[in-house]
Amino acid sequence: MTTRPTPALLVLEDGRIFRGDSFGAEGDTVGEAVFATGMTGYQETLTDPSYHRQVVVMTAPHIGNTGINDEDPESGRVWVAGYVVRDPARVPSSWRSRRTLDDELRAQGVVGISGVDTRALTRHLRERGAMRVGISSTTTDSAEVLARVQSAPPMAGADLSGEVTASEPYVVPASGAKRFTVAALDLGIKTMTPAQLARRGVEVHVLPSTSTLEDVLSVSPDGLFFSNGPGDPATADHAIGLLEGLLARGVPYFGICFGNQLFGRALGLGTYKLKYGHRGINQPVLDRSTGKVEVTSHNHGFAVQWPTAVPLDVGVSTPYGRAEVSHVCLNDDVVEGLRLLDDDGELLGFSVQYHPEAAAGPHDAAYLFDRFTSLMERRGAERGTSRASSATESTASNTEGVSN
Amino acid sequence: MPKRTDISSVLVIGSGPIVIGQACEFDYSGTQACRVLKAEGLRVILVNSNPATIMTDPEFADATYVEPITPEFVGKVIEKERPDALLATLGGQTALNTAVALDEAGVLEKYGVELIGASIEAIQAGENRESFKRIVESLPVADGAEVARSLICHTMDECLEGAVELSYPVVVRPSFTMGGAGSGMAYDENDLRRIAGAGLAASPTTEVLLEESIIGWKEYELEVMRDRADNVVIVCSIENLDPMGVHTGDSITVAPAMTLTDREYQKLRDIAIGVIRAVGVDTGGCNIQFAVNPDDGRVVVIEMNPRVSRSSALASKATGFPIAKIAARVALGYTLDEIPNDITAETPASFEPTLDYVVVKAPRFAFEKFPHAEATLTTHMKSVGEAMAIGRNFTEALQKALRSLERPDAAFSWAAPPGDRHDLLQRVRVPHDGRLRLVMDALRAGASVDEVFAATGIDPWFLDQMLLLDEVAREVADAPELAPALLRRAKRHGFSDQQIADLRGTSADVVRGVRWALGVRPVFKTVDTCAAEFAARTPYHYSSYDEETEVEPRERSAVIILGSGPNRIGQGIEFDYSCVHASLALGAVPGGGFETVMVNCNPETVSTDYDTSDRLYFEPLTLEDVLEVVHAEQQAGPVAGVIVQLGGQTPLGLAQGLQDAGVPIVGTSPQAIHLAEERGAFGRVLQQAGLPAPKHGTATSFDEAKAIADEVGYPVLVRPSYVLGGRGMEIVYDEESLEGYIVRATEVTPEHPVLVDHFLDDAVELDVDALYDGEELFLGGVMEHIEEAGVHSGDSACALPPITLGAEEVGRIRASTEAIARGVGVRGLLNVQYALASDTIYVLEANPRASRTVPFVSKATATPLAKAAARVMLGATVKELRAEGMLPAVGDGGDLPPTSPIAVKEAVMPFNRFRTPDGKTVDTVLGPEMRSTGEVMGIDAGFGMAFAKAQAAAYGGLPTGGCIFVSVANRDKRHMIFPVKRLADLGFEVLATAGTARVLQRNGVAATVVRKHSEGAGPDGEPEIVARILAEEVDLVINTPHGVTSGGSPRVDGYDIRTAAVMRDVPCITTIQGLAAAVQGIEALQSGALGVRSLQAWADALVEQRRSS
Ligand SMILES: Nc1ncnc2c1ncn2[C@@H]1O[C@H](COP(=O)(O)OP(=O)(O)O)[C@@H](O)[C@H]1O
Ligand SMILES: Nc1ncnc2c1ncn2[C@@H]1O[C@H](COP(=O)(O)OP(=O)(O)O)[C@@H](O)[C@H]1O
Ligand SMILES: [Mg+2]
Ligand SMILES: [Mg+2]
Repeated sequence: MTTRPTPALLVLEDGRIFRGDSFGAEGDTVGEAVFATGMTGYQETLTDPSYHRQVVVMTAPHIGNTGINDEDPESGRVWVAGYVVRDPARVPSSWRSRRTLDDELRAQGVVGISGVDTRALTRHLRERGAMRVGISSTTTDSAEVLARVQSAPPMAGADLSGEVTASEPYVVPASGAKRFTVAALDLGIKTMTPAQLARRGVEVHVLPSTSTLEDVLSVSPDGLFFSNGPGDPATADHAIGLLEGLLARGVPYFGICFGNQLFGRALGLGTYKLKYGHRGINQPVLDRSTGKVEVTSHNHGFAVQWPTAVPLDVGVSTPYGRAEVSHVCLNDDVVEGLRLLDDDGELLGFSVQYHPEAAAGPHDAAYLFDRFTSLMERRGAERGTSRASSATESTASNTEGVSN
Repeated sequence: MPKRTDISSVLVIGSGPIVIGQACEFDYSGTQACRVLKAEGLRVILVNSNPATIMTDPEFADATYVEPITPEFVGKVIEKERPDALLATLGGQTALNTAVALDEAGVLEKYGVELIGASIEAIQAGENRESFKRIVESLPVADGAEVARSLICHTMDECLEGAVELSYPVVVRPSFTMGGAGSGMAYDENDLRRIAGAGLAASPTTEVLLEESIIGWKEYELEVMRDRADNVVIVCSIENLDPMGVHTGDSITVAPAMTLTDREYQKLRDIAIGVIRAVGVDTGGCNIQFAVNPDDGRVVVIEMNPRVSRSSALASKATGFPIAKIAARVALGYTLDEIPNDITAETPASFEPTLDYVVVKAPRFAFEKFPHAEATLTTHMKSVGEAMAIGRNFTEALQKALRSLERPDAAFSWAAPPGDRHDLLQRVRVPHDGRLRLVMDALRAGASVDEVFAATGIDPWFLDQMLLLDEVAREVADAPELAPALLRRAKRHGFSDQQIADLRGTSADVVRGVRWALGVRPVFKTVDTCAAEFAARTPYHYSSYDEETEVEPRERSAVIILGSGPNRIGQGIEFDYSCVHASLALGAVPGGGFETVMVNCNPETVSTDYDTSDRLYFEPLTLEDVLEVVHAEQQAGPVAGVIVQLGGQTPLGLAQGLQDAGVPIVGTSPQAIHLAEERGAFGRVLQQAGLPAPKHGTATSFDEAKAIADEVGYPVLVRPSYVLGGRGMEIVYDEESLEGYIVRATEVTPEHPVLVDHFLDDAVELDVDALYDGEELFLGGVMEHIEEAGVHSGDSACALPPITLGAEEVGRIRASTEAIARGVGVRGLLNVQYALASDTIYVLEANPRASRTVPFVSKATATPLAKAAARVMLGATVKELRAEGMLPAVGDGGDLPPTSPIAVKEAVMPFNRFRTPDGKTVDTVLGPEMRSTGEVMGIDAGFGMAFAKAQAAAYGGLPTGGCIFVSVANRDKRHMIFPVKRLADLGFEVLATAGTARVLQRNGVAATVVRKHSEGAGPDGEPEIVARILAEEVDLVINTPHGVTSGGSPRVDGYDIRTAAVMRDVPCITTIQGLAAAVQGIEALQSGALGVRSLQAWADALVEQRRSS
């Protein structure tokens, strides 16, 4: 006969309470409550560093059915601050499964709650917006939990890159013949991203978020990549300064998610917090250059603010070239991609708010990695013709780069 | 991309009669398409021979042709209407095949008709297994995709060699047979000889495909949608609980897929998108099936259907993404991002639905109708219907789905001890109807998940969920008291009050009482396509034992319409038709309509389209579930009442319970229903009205039955009480067979008595549908059956207006019907069946509800009977409805003008779907037991042509020349002389068995004697009749059963003849009346002048005639 699990409690910042059973580790946790609508890929979600400090509510009721395997994690650990599900699997079923989700969460000390009306909770967050939340399986006193929740730091204004980035640089070698070197700033990078680049002959130098311009230039990159990651882009001054310096040197740029927001800020645009964000693998995004729709994987609470005065189809000029909105989300017209063009309309750099590396999610946007390699190819050819000049130029603007 | 401007008229082809494998899901998709196309301002022309469909309602198209879906007739429609485009991807395989045939015949080119949706090339690339194989293997997906290895064989020897090469078991698929007929799984040489033998015989090209078996692999389906800008979305993933080897249509299926990681799911997604692109389905939906090896994830693509399918209907209902509707839009040139998602309104259709609930579909079978049929589930579909349920988890959805099937033995039960573990583990190996319940018993008996997995291949995750159900059941059974927490836990796993009552040894009423007292009630969630990311505008609800309900309050008074549940033989689409009409009519009552609320659990239907009613509850039709819906709606606002008389026997059976719970029933009251349904009570009604009925009695033992039979006189008709569709009915001619029946067919007890009626021989059966408001009777129509009484009304062809009745007889029928309506106390629809024998009109039965024939009558007489009935139930009078114009100002279906057209209904039988264990088709003789799955209508100025059209629509038509074979029972010999003579005069060559031939020769018909099957080939190798039929030397078979041997099994000769005819699709007439009608049909056909005419045109003419007469 099954023994009843420990009761657990979920308390939202605004006082709404849900009761359920303890799932994963027992204990207490607080974080920002967000909901994710993907029906597959919980293992990728749990290990995505962008979820650092967030308590993730899964809208799909059955979680854990395929257990935990050794191939699918997107980083070395589970990052979510807490996990909310309705019907966790009792046994996993998959030829790749190694352990159960419950064991994994316990092993990594992740506090979760099951059996709650996740749809009611999701609708609440949709109507009231993302907010702080606490889960406890140590107390049944909601007031106590509420106090803890209200004293927790909000996500707006949080600088979290430092907490998720690699401590030391490391290299992901190109699979097959090496064609390019890319410096990838780790702001919370997912395993699949370097993997996608490596597949295309890119040697990826993953660098800590604190890396300097010199650190980056020292790997003499053909292109620069800024990853996804947690936190408020408004706080990422160092990374933005770094990006500005490298844009000034005309290094081809590709950014994903956080890397899109930082690109926006570097180009002089603002960023803002969405009411409840985009977190799912079914989001329709329009590529404005081709008019084609791609179904994409999203995980973002912040977005780039396009100047309200400027229509979406008009570019804005920046110190580095003309910036344009390349992609929009068809659900709510949120800016999902930016591109930077030179005077002849040639591409200099681009970024997307969503996740072309997928994991979890559809592969519709994988073409963006090819776009990056062909960008590096073209610029490489150009630079090859004017090496000397670009070299002096680079040292010249170097100082400039550091000073601002 | 904006809508195309070069198309102003579109021809839509429906799917024709309901058959196994092609049911009312195509009415749902076709209706959606017609709605869209009309809304887009196009002229819509529709061809569909099935009168029971909503799509053939005159208001859904500009020109509606209820004509046979054959290249010949559709060609005539094209010639007449000159449409710009043809949309054939929404009418199932029938429409697709017809489009291909029209293209090959050059008709499309000749009249400049563009095929939109899927091109001919795409259709062939998808359907031809060779080209499909090439496409799949050349897909640009990571670590590739493959199809099962296969070989094409033309002889048994090739088959035997092939099987060795592929190694047993192998899948046998005859080429070019409809709906996988004749396919099967061969485990050894015997199987192969049997199945491939039948297959080679069945295939017109004597060709079968042998395929590597991947039985036991996990089976998945993806529903894909593409627009002309090459945007592609996956609408839904479906996982089959029954692994490969059981047709998806017969499997319990689950959405979304439950046991795939994202990596594996994305691989299927990549392949699906690759396939739809490579096959070249430019716009619209398609369905792709996969098998996944549970040991290593190897993926095999099984097949793709380049059209909307049964699964698309399921996927649409499961996700709220209306595939057919969107398919129609993209076919017109819109792109997905231009089409709004009408559930959220603010988001476009270019997203992929995500679910925060679980959907389970369970099939409903009808093996009890075909006792000789092989009942194991295999690669060709055998189920006749399905139920779908939605829950917040799998266990809840599964248990709701099983009780939605309305079979006492479908839901899990812990009442009896499970039985022996080893025995159960053996019995679950071979898939069959009800296997899941045995799986549960095996687990109850202590079998481990691994053992059951080894025996069934059902994924361990599903098995563990069933184990969980068993654990909860034990908790419920063992608990000292039914504490709220435990009750809630049981409810969250879908246990019904009845199941809990059984576990606690009490009654469902008591459990309900306790539950309500404790406030343990379900909430109603919403199907919103987006897991609550956006607000839903469409109230499409399902119940769940969760915390927060989403039912919105309302001002207007609501009417709750109970649907008819899963399709089954005897209760199908016709009842859904009436429910949909009630919804349409009540929503639009002049001067403020009602808020219409639909409750149903059949995913194939129009009634469960969220567009049909103001609110939709996708719920089982049990007292418990319906009471909760009523409660929720009463909380939301005023409820005028519940309609129980349109959904057939299912809601009718709930009437009393609902009333006892204080729920207002509109229309005919439960007491009145009882008066018509309970034999004794009804007998008294007839007595008071002075109406004759066949002598009858009710027996609770063989002796009683014998006594009654002796009194009323043989032959007698025996059957269990209270059944729809004549289940377990038999005509017995003597005491011996009576005893046989009692022993065989029923356990007779005081609770389950047997009804014994004197059987009226040679009686003409009449079917009447009428409307009664308490004052005035509106006679919808009087249908005269072609076959004599004794052939179930649902299986016999009939004509409207009656072809041999005079005004005086119709007058008597009108009087009798009115007397019954008054005596019973009908408010709304009444269906009565009469038998006319020696000028006496006997009452066979009265059904105080909408009947199977309501749609047919409505279309034949251009009168919306069901709409009017719904209005009458809510207080309108026939007089008012006449004034309103809903009913004709004067007259009714009983006094149609003499010049009005004749409509003929023909039933369609599923015989070709079933095989006996030794591989033969089951017998085709008609009887009092209903066995048809669907019907068609033929309408024309005269009976002959109308009948011929009905035959063409149902079976591809009567021959106009060639060779007929005649072999009839002695009792029929006299009556067959004239019709056969006439056929000879019309130029047919006549073959006959010795006895029949002699009679014909004596009467001057040149009949050639042909050897009986039992005689075998002659000394000089003269072929016997079965051989000649199989050799396609015979164009029409006339064979009436030579009586019935006790035990109900038909004489073997006739049986072999009829089954051979079925195999070769040779029309086979089994009654003398059918023969006479066929002769008239053939005469009409020979006289040439096949014409097509739209219902709208017939209706206008009728109005004219009424005015002038
Ligand atoms: N190679 C095979 N081995 C085992 N089972 C098969 C195989 N191919 C098909 N099946 C089973 O037969 C069913 C019907 O096959 P399918 O190709 O889908 O024909 P249909 O056109 O009738 O749907 C499938 O749902 C699957 O369960
Ligand atoms: N007394 C009878 N004599 C001749 N035929 C009968 C008699 N009673 C019933 N039948 C035949 O059996 C069929 C089924 O009987 P019915 O009472 O209509 O049952 P159901 O409820 O299945 O419609 C009828 O359509 C009719 O053809
Ligand atoms: Mg199939
Ligand atoms: Mg009847």
